[in-house]
Amino acid sequence: MTVLLTNARLIDPETLTEAPGSLLIDGGVIAAMGEVTAPSGAQILDCHGRCLAPGIIDLGVKVGEPGERHKESFRSAGLAAAAGGVTTIITRPDTAPAIDSPETLEFVMRRAAGASPVNIRHMAALTKGREGREMTEIGFLLDAGAVAFTDCDHVVADTKVLSRCLTYARSLGALVIGHPQDAGLSKGAAVTSGKFASLRGLPGVSPMAERMGFDRDMALVEMTGARYHADQITCARTLPALERAKANGLDVTAGVSIHHVTLNEFDVGDYRTFFKLTPPLRAEEDRVAVAQALASGLIDILCSMHTPQDEESKRLPYEEAAAGAVALQTLLPAAMRLYHDGTMTLPELFRAMSLNPAKRLGLAGGRLAVGAPADLVLFDPDAPFVLDRFTMLASKSKNTPFDGAKMEGKVLATFVGGAQVYGQEG
Amino acid sequence: MTFRARHLLGIEHLAPDEIRTVLDLADTYVDLNRRTIKRTDALAGMTQINMFFEASTRTQASFELAGKRLGADVMNMAVAHSSVKKGETLIDTALTLNAMHPDLLVVRHPSSGAVNLLASKVNCAVLNAGDGKHEHPTQALLDALTIRRAKGRLQRLVVAICGDIAHSRVARSNLLLLGKMENRIRLIGPPTLMPAGVNEFGCEVYDDMRAGLEGADVVMMLRLQKERMDGGFIPSEREYYHRYGLDAEKLAFAKPDAIVMHPGPMNRGVEIDGELADDINRSVIQEQVEMGVAVRMAAMDLLARNLKAERGRMAAGVVV
Repeated sequence: MTVLLTNARLIDPETLTEAPGSLLIDGGVIAAMGEVTAPSGAQILDCHGRCLAPGIIDLGVKVGEPGERHKESFRSAGLAAAAGGVTTIITRPDTAPAIDSPETLEFVMRRAAGASPVNIRHMAALTKGREGREMTEIGFLLDAGAVAFTDCDHVVADTKVLSRCLTYARSLGALVIGHPQDAGLSKGAAVTSGKFASLRGLPGVSPMAERMGFDRDMALVEMTGARYHADQITCARTLPALERAKANGLDVTAGVSIHHVTLNEFDVGDYRTFFKLTPPLRAEEDRVAVAQALASGLIDILCSMHTPQDEESKRLPYEEAAAGAVALQTLLPAAMRLYHDGTMTLPELFRAMSLNPAKRLGLAGGRLAVGAPADLVLFDPDAPFVLDRFTMLASKSKNTPFDGAKMEGKVLATFVGGAQVYGQEG
Repeated sequence: MTFRARHLLGIEHLAPDEIRTVLDLADTYVDLNRRTIKRTDALAGMTQINMFFEASTRTQASFELAGKRLGADVMNMAVAHSSVKKGETLIDTALTLNAMHPDLLVVRHPSSGAVNLLASKVNCAVLNAGDGKHEHPTQALLDALTIRRAKGRLQRLVVAICGDIAHSRVARSNLLLLGKMENRIRLIGPPTLMPAGVNEFGCEVYDDMRAGLEGADVVMMLRLQKERMDGGFIPSEREYYHRYGLDAEKLAFAKPDAIVMHPGPMNRGVEIDGELADDINRSVIQEQVEMGVAVRMAAMDLLARNLKAERGRMAAGVVV
């Protein structure tokens, strides 16, 4: 099918520019851009000056298959992704059981195939059962299609185990994703330590635990030469260490979740469990520093860290409540807060949400370039709405911290491989 | 006389005039409690349920007595041993109780914020009898009443709070209340038992007890939980007593007329010298227990008045 999107504001994260123009989709790829005349028989869609950007590649999405399908299935996650302008989901292996063998990986790939309107790629566990003791079959899992290896929020506390995993992964060129956190200091923590945590009487963890975890991982990366990505850098005091690691030529990148750059610890308020995350929300100074690091490119990747939880897991006293928030559908509107407050430009945002994840995982998408897959999102960065979690979210779980929040930025249409998978436009 | 609160979840949301209202009313209940006939009918016909998810003898007895002296029908639910063990969630327990139409719910729970959660699900007045490490508002109010009666005022006093500040809901509620009433607060204890961010609390922080007690009007000792005594937070019980246990020698650094308080139950020989605790010239620990009943009567009376007024408005169809 040939589609010409005309009168669009093209957001190019590679050149960090935006310009009015048209974009021609042919054979599932971007066939031409800029001043394009419609080939005969092409369907023409007028974008009315709205923004057209490469679809979001969301690194680190929890889908409840296997084990917790009542919280999120591949189908519901796919629908939420399409509605949120996410064209590729990278799933996490922190399922029950963990995705730690080629057989489990093949099972979820079969389950995912055809269930979702967007692309789905999978990560696998770094150690068996995410227990931090024995490494998984990294080679077989790579062959089966795993794009990265991570134990998610389980920190591999034994440095000998982690150093062997990194050494082995390096020989295969596999990407290892770590959760920088000192396991001892962060044990039992529900919030970031400080005045707020103390007055609420909640167990806190010092931001230093993230720095310590990151420093340890960097030492092991320096020792082994592995490819490493830190899933979430959320504290100001980790940033100099990240800068140093990059300057020293280590193959290191870092990510952050949308919540840690748009919310802070005070949002927890009177024990609102939808704001309970891993790691916990930070102080405002940390939020600002991390958002600025994202704008400068020091932090590479912005993701949703989508973690569906049912109502029962959240309707508990704060310490006992489950952590995590759904965000596939709110990632783009929430990211617009950084655009509207002047922290980041739209191309910078899509560098973090689309281009960098594609580059880090070696995927073809994430670019607005001739020959790239036509995975696209059309959106209006200024359209206002108030989020209602029960009527507006496609996820099976509705645990968003943005319920009732005023947001600006609406996804109008999403294209995957040239086919429109979401939106009424045109 | 002002008291606007619907629940008593913490000192945090009380204004100074509301605190004064509770204390003023409590003073009248102190007088009542000293008579032979102690009954009033302020809560006559109303139902009070005490739900203690954490074992308690003193606080539960105090609330029970307070309710009975006000004429309420009081029921104690031994929740620590009941349906919670069968996997019922806190909210289900609350909804079940709510269906029995209680008017006052007194709740203690080991999780911070649990009482706030419960209060959002029921349509009666909820009193926090201690939630995790968060707040214990009636303890702070009874301490305030004790101080006001002993010192003749509740402002411009130097109050030293000593011991395990980090794990103490009593300390949190007290420093909020004493701060609101414009007192100078000192927190004294080993740094391992100080909460994170303590330097932003607006208090003076000491790890040297003698320096911290210098010139204090009120010395408030906290209980050190047994499970924190061995190596985890402090090296040993005896080292703790040596450095932070209150005895006559350390108390001599405070003002000559300084009073000694303790929320109980005491560990004699750990945080406080036994003889000092019994010294009627310095220790007001027994008065604190007496004030506890009066303050709880006052708080429940005021909440019941607001509840009756609210229900009256609802019955009259007034939208607030």
